[in-house]
Amino acid sequence: MKTMDMPSQPANDHVELPLVPALAVENLSVTFQGETGSVDAVRDVSFTLYQGETLALVGESGSGKSVTSLAALRLLPPGSKARIEGRARLFGPQGPRDLLALSNEEMRHIRGDEIAMIFQEPMTSLNPVLTAGFQISETLMVHRGLSRHEADAEAVRLLDKVRIPDARSRMNQYPHDFSGGMRQRVMIAMALACRPKVLIADEPTTALDVTIQAQILELIRSLQEEDGMSVLFITHDMGVVAEIADRTVVMYKGAVVETGATVDLFAGARQPYTQALLSAVPKLGSMRGRARPMRFPVVDRTTGEADTPVEVPETVIASEQPLLQVSGLTKRFDIKRGLFSPLKGRVHAVENVSFDVNAGETLTLVGESGCGKSTTGRTVLRLIEPTAGSIQFGGADFLALKAERLREHRNRMQIIFQDPFASLNPRMTVGDAIAAPLRVNKLATASQARERVADLLRRVGLDPAVAGRYPHEFSGGQRQRICIARALVLQPKLIVADEAVSALDVSVKAQVINLMLDLQAEMGLAYLFISHDMAAVERVSHRVAVMYLGEIVEIGPRQAIFENPQHPYTKRLLAAVPVADPLRRGQKGPVVADEIRSPIRSPDYVPPERRYRTVSQGHRVMEWGDEW
Amino acid sequence: MANFLFSRLLQSAALLFLVSLIGFGIVHLAPGGPLAQFALTPGISQADLARMAHEMGLDRALPIQYWEWLTRILTGDWGRSYRDGRSVLDVIFGRLPATLELILTGSFIAIIIGVWIGVMGAVKRYSIFDMLATVGAMVALSVPTFWFGLIVIYVFSVNLGWLPAGNRMTAGAGGGFLDFLHHLIAPALVLAFVEVAIWSRYMRSSMLDVISQDYIRTARAKGVSERSILWRHAMRNAMLPMIALAGVELPALLSGALVTETVFTWPGMGRLLLDSLGYRDYPVVMGILMISAILALLGNLLADIAAAVVDPRIRLT
Repeated sequence: MKTMDMPSQPANDHVELPLVPALAVENLSVTFQGETGSVDAVRDVSFTLYQGETLALVGESGSGKSVTSLAALRLLPPGSKARIEGRARLFGPQGPRDLLALSNEEMRHIRGDEIAMIFQEPMTSLNPVLTAGFQISETLMVHRGLSRHEADAEAVRLLDKVRIPDARSRMNQYPHDFSGGMRQRVMIAMALACRPKVLIADEPTTALDVTIQAQILELIRSLQEEDGMSVLFITHDMGVVAEIADRTVVMYKGAVVETGATVDLFAGARQPYTQALLSAVPKLGSMRGRARPMRFPVVDRTTGEADTPVEVPETVIASEQPLLQVSGLTKRFDIKRGLFSPLKGRVHAVENVSFDVNAGETLTLVGESGCGKSTTGRTVLRLIEPTAGSIQFGGADFLALKAERLREHRNRMQIIFQDPFASLNPRMTVGDAIAAPLRVNKLATASQARERVADLLRRVGLDPAVAGRYPHEFSGGQRQRICIARALVLQPKLIVADEAVSALDVSVKAQVINLMLDLQAEMGLAYLFISHDMAAVERVSHRVAVMYLGEIVEIGPRQAIFENPQHPYTKRLLAAVPVADPLRRGQKGPVVADEIRSPIRSPDYVPPERRYRTVSQGHRVMEWGDEW
Repeated sequence: MANFLFSRLLQSAALLFLVSLIGFGIVHLAPGGPLAQFALTPGISQADLARMAHEMGLDRALPIQYWEWLTRILTGDWGRSYRDGRSVLDVIFGRLPATLELILTGSFIAIIIGVWIGVMGAVKRYSIFDMLATVGAMVALSVPTFWFGLIVIYVFSVNLGWLPAGNRMTAGAGGGFLDFLHHLIAPALVLAFVEVAIWSRYMRSSMLDVISQDYIRTARAKGVSERSILWRHAMRNAMLPMIALAGVELPALLSGALVTETVFTWPGMGRLLLDSLGYRDYPVVMGILMISAILALLGNLLADIAAAVVDPRIRLT
């Protein structure tokens, strides 16, 4: 295990900078002309980015934060009928220039040279058919007039600088040869090639795993210090804001709501919207000393009045027989290149996983991409047939059930998926979608089903009158409520929530989590909650299982895992989570520079025998070897 | 790569076997037979016909005939034409160059023009040019080739007298490059006409897909010029699906050439096939079928290799 050779950043004790503006956005408005009328995406937005500072532009989806930056750089997709008003002045030695008034050719010389940009999706933001080296060199050839040879030499240096090991040989590799985090490093090398004065980072870590996110944030911060660059950091994640921003601009529905020093903003936001936003952010560590899950406080967006968050009542029914008993669960996927070709390897997606879930309890499977948490969830429902292991559900051997009996039993187990847009049939009214499980199982007459749908819509906080509408008429949060209603219609005992709140905006996420907690209390539901979001996990779980490369490395009561983590991976995961409190910045351990390893093994791989050590009542940790 | 070629070879052999089986069955389903021609000869007796049928092996059961054809072809003996007794391979290879000349010229023209129209249509989406290209493609796809060929002959050969009305060279003049070219223009353009429409439509949608990708925005954010974005960043990505299209369009062109060759009395495989079908010249028909199938498989193989060369994500294993 190696750590980055870098002084850890002390808390926000920047030397008072003389405030020299680098980029000033003044009264920017962007209006899109659609077929159904015009949409004001950005309304009269003004802010100034000073030299050497990091300014966060924060807001939920639809707040106009990305459109603001794209409009200022004139990068809105060509053909989008946008009317842009206002000014975006870039300050330089020759005095300020209004980016919105420059010719296309002048603007082209500024982009990539004086202002650079990195984007959210490192998977799609690099050209798949050009080498990483060329994509970096190109910037230098365009703006510095270097030859290919000179540019390549400089590109190697840049790859070194963003800490890509073995830079020279990786120059000739294509983007698909790099992991997500490495691609984002290539993007950063590309953006910084010409030493721009301003870097605009549009959600650069949102698509990354939390340990990789920590590495990238650390990298951006240290490169910023080296070059004295100004960073405009666009994000929806208040934890990231607290971690890196000197000042913060909060946007809501296309307009600036509040601007201020990040520390002040977190200490006491003036505007009700900001208060509501901040109260909905789960803060890692805020559950210290509590055993049961807790609701999020609800803050009125217009008045700023908050209710007091309450710990949920005891819901767990600890009987001798757990509701769900999984033992030795294993799922391996064979990798073959063609019908007749030999086995190339296996994905050890789930490897000898055992856990129990009691009635009324929430067990969370937490881990990063490729850790097997989703495969575990799906295997429990037998949406994927396991390779080995046993599943006892409600006292019956779930794996032994034949089709007809399996359907009956599966009614007691439902699943909610991550993407509420993709998991509702766009051609079915939401009422039909919710009633579908009743219909296919022939459990209710049409009028009974209608009543049941109305009742469920009320329970998930929607008006029963919306049953006749189609999914596209709802927002993401409303759709997820509909998915929950659909999962509840058969009165299940267990709901597998596979990243069910991950795609939702903070405030919506808080509401949906509150809803899930309320439903648990009312109906005695058990949840198998699957998530990568440690802060949300801390809020909702009774017990937590940390997964890494298909195995559970640590399992136990939530309080034990979060307050007394044992396994190095658990500790690393917790350390990497950005804490939504700027005063605690830099109080964490050093960032670990390791990549997430792949669960793909050679065909002859035999998983090692694992032993678990009991730390305290119900808290067990896998014994680890030298690799940690 | 060697592995890939080997497994591809096995698959191709299996496919060719199926093609031959189905083809043989269908050819023999057609009523009549090669003897129908001879039966018209005055004074020929039933006994003569029966003797000929026996000599040609036509009196045996169909599976046995197929088996004999198959074993012969596996040893390299493609048989002889019923019509003039020439070896089937001689007959086919006498005609193949003319067909290849027509197809390759036609698709070359079609790809160049079609790709250009597609790219321009995507870049200037909903412009006058794009609208005209869309309408033009609709027309080209709806117009029957034989009708369009006749119109071309009527206008350019009969009325204007610019182009010859058919054949591959001026009879008796012995050819010469320019004479070949002169004869090639009209049939190649007619053959290319539909193909341009297909290529431009596919290219347009592929290009539209590519230019809305994140990496094009990245290139723009780097300050790369629009020209360079189009030709270096977008074009290679947009061409990837086109390579697969080329693989399936080649066989389609073979059948398109059938009509064009007939209209322009082009001495290629298409006309040979029609004539041979008329005579129930089974060995030649089967030979053409197999050669076409081999060409189609070869086209697909080349397309797959080309795709792997252009797209670093594809590895042939």
